[in-house]
Amino acid sequence: MSILLNKNSKVLVQGITGRSGLFHAQACRDYGTQIVAGVTPGKGGIHVEGIPVFNTVEEAVKYTGANVSMIFVPPPGAADAILEAAYAGLDLAICITEGIPVRDMVPVKRVLDGHKMRLVGPNCPGVITPDECKVGIMPGYIHKKGSIGVVSRSGTLTYEAVKQLTDAGLGQSTCVGIGGDPIIGLSFIDVLQLFNADPETTGVFMIGEIGGGAEEEAAEWIKANMKKPVAAFIAGVSAPPGRRMGHAGAIVTGGKGRAEDKIRTLTECGVTVSTSPTRMGEAMLEAMKKG
Amino acid sequence: MNIHEYQAKEILSTYDIPVPRGRVCLTADQVERAAKMMGGRCMVKAQIYAGGRGKAGGVKLVHYPEQAQDLAQGLFAKKLVTPQTGPEGLRVRRILVEEAVEIAREFYLSITLDRASSRYILIASAEGGVEIEEVAAKSPEKIHKLSIDPLSGLHSFQARKISLALGLKGSLCEDCVQLILSLYRACLEKDCSLVEINPLVVTKAGWLMAMDAKITFDDNAVFRHREYPDMVDYSQLDSLEITAGKYDLAYIKLDGSIGCLVNGAGLAMATLDVLNECGGKPANFLDVGGGASREKVTEAFKIILLDPDVQGIFVNIFGGIMRCDVIAQGIIDAASEVECSLPIVVRMDGSQVDEGKKLLMESGLNVETADSLGDGARRIVKMLDSAESRPKPRAKRP
Repeated sequence: MSILLNKNSKVLVQGITGRSGLFHAQACRDYGTQIVAGVTPGKGGIHVEGIPVFNTVEEAVKYTGANVSMIFVPPPGAADAILEAAYAGLDLAICITEGIPVRDMVPVKRVLDGHKMRLVGPNCPGVITPDECKVGIMPGYIHKKGSIGVVSRSGTLTYEAVKQLTDAGLGQSTCVGIGGDPIIGLSFIDVLQLFNADPETTGVFMIGEIGGGAEEEAAEWIKANMKKPVAAFIAGVSAPPGRRMGHAGAIVTGGKGRAEDKIRTLTECGVTVSTSPTRMGEAMLEAMKKG
Repeated sequence: MNIHEYQAKEILSTYDIPVPRGRVCLTADQVERAAKMMGGRCMVKAQIYAGGRGKAGGVKLVHYPEQAQDLAQGLFAKKLVTPQTGPEGLRVRRILVEEAVEIAREFYLSITLDRASSRYILIASAEGGVEIEEVAAKSPEKIHKLSIDPLSGLHSFQARKISLALGLKGSLCEDCVQLILSLYRACLEKDCSLVEINPLVVTKAGWLMAMDAKITFDDNAVFRHREYPDMVDYSQLDSLEITAGKYDLAYIKLDGSIGCLVNGAGLAMATLDVLNECGGKPANFLDVGGGASREKVTEAFKIILLDPDVQGIFVNIFGGIMRCDVIAQGIIDAASEVECSLPIVVRMDGSQVDEGKKLLMESGLNVETADSLGDGARRIVKMLDSAESRPKPRAKRP
């Protein structure tokens, strides 16, 4: 078992004829993911690298039985692409696109409240269940099959964490990059809930950063509900206030969203917090020992 | 993306939100003429990308055109330091001269994104002219909030509830309803992260008016608004940050000496954290993007070297799908092009890492490679420490 993705997931790629869409569709297929279709409006009927392309998600689902979408559509059309996936009845959409305007995401988030489809991202590296299915832009080889769930707002920092976990002998059940934008689909709590219910996951590593209050909310949820050990790292202890640190959501405003406060709340709620990004693997080992 | 008060007011007035009569000036002489036009008695307001101007002397009521001119000369001559600018302060390049308005009452009104609910939220307070955070801390009961459903939009009855809560009555209340609806329309159509009127006033003559306004645009929405890039006042930004922006690099100048080049925002933040932990002081935050293409790495390297405070460089690339030998070649090309002799520590992870390291070691640059994030941070801090403790060559006597 794992969460969100497994070897039976059938994946379509929205924006497959773009440069990164095609590159990553192939990389995911090389990893073993079933890439069954691509969608690019106006290009239906062709094949790229042996993958059939459709004009709409609905058609692609009808002919291939796809249940997951990986979205590479550029920002102006990305919100529309997410909604198209939802209306076509998919189980999961993973939106890699960076730079979607907030005004476009506010109604998307509201509409998704009434849909069964789960959204991961946008502005995220994707989701991987090691040795089974990779839907995203992360390097597959750093992962190792195991029982630690990873959930993160970051991209390359997640790779760093995964590498440290793998080096420490801790394999992963599923790694979820929830995205660095102010409005995202699945939250820390949503993913923690899934890991909590997954029998194959025995512990969770969580990577947060400055900005917003999602880590604090997650901490309270962990204290009340989590049955498994959790370790965490929060990036941005040394970030200057009022500056947007690369991610659209990574900003300390009006004294809110500071790393210190997040670390304190997490610690108070029983999470083992690694104070340094060089000791993320150790922190997870320590949390597992404490049980 | 920030804009000035006068630009925010121009936008608001296109949405029929009343603002004081005003004129933007670039010289003290223009300020004097504008003051004359206003009848002598007027407000002189320095335009900078920061709040807290009043307390710092950047906003003043003057009574004569000569007084306005003197004040403007002083403001143009030096940097304005407010609680929000940092100790460096910001240069004043534009001054807004406005008619002086007699004020009866002051309010606060804004629309911004509420991340917790993923909706826009309207915030109003009967206490205007002060920082909303201050009001929130001291008297939270004075703050009224309204979460806006994006599917149904903002309705008159909701705006009326807020206007009544502010204590407005009769036609003034209805004026405020229209103003709130206009503000929401502006927020959506202009893709704002924040629209703030503080204070919104009732004048002694009985009109609503936006006395001060602040608008922040959503950086991600600039593609929909071709006019936005031309609205930027580059005098308010760090010159290196401007250059980085041209190459689509996320760069923030900091006050240390270790130049940082990292791929991915989270890893870049974590890299600053590790350097601080090791006793090093980062000179910048720089994210070349998760993919870290060779071109971006080259441009980033050049920008770091433009910063005279940089004494050493720490490169931290978790390549993943990007090949390390390609990244290494990007670093070598950039460093050779600008004849960089500073110590460099490179930490790379990803495919072809050994080939990448070999290229660097054979490049003739002053470079060390590191095996992990911690190892790299310790090395660059140590290299700079030993460079400092070495006796400096004495200056030749004339």
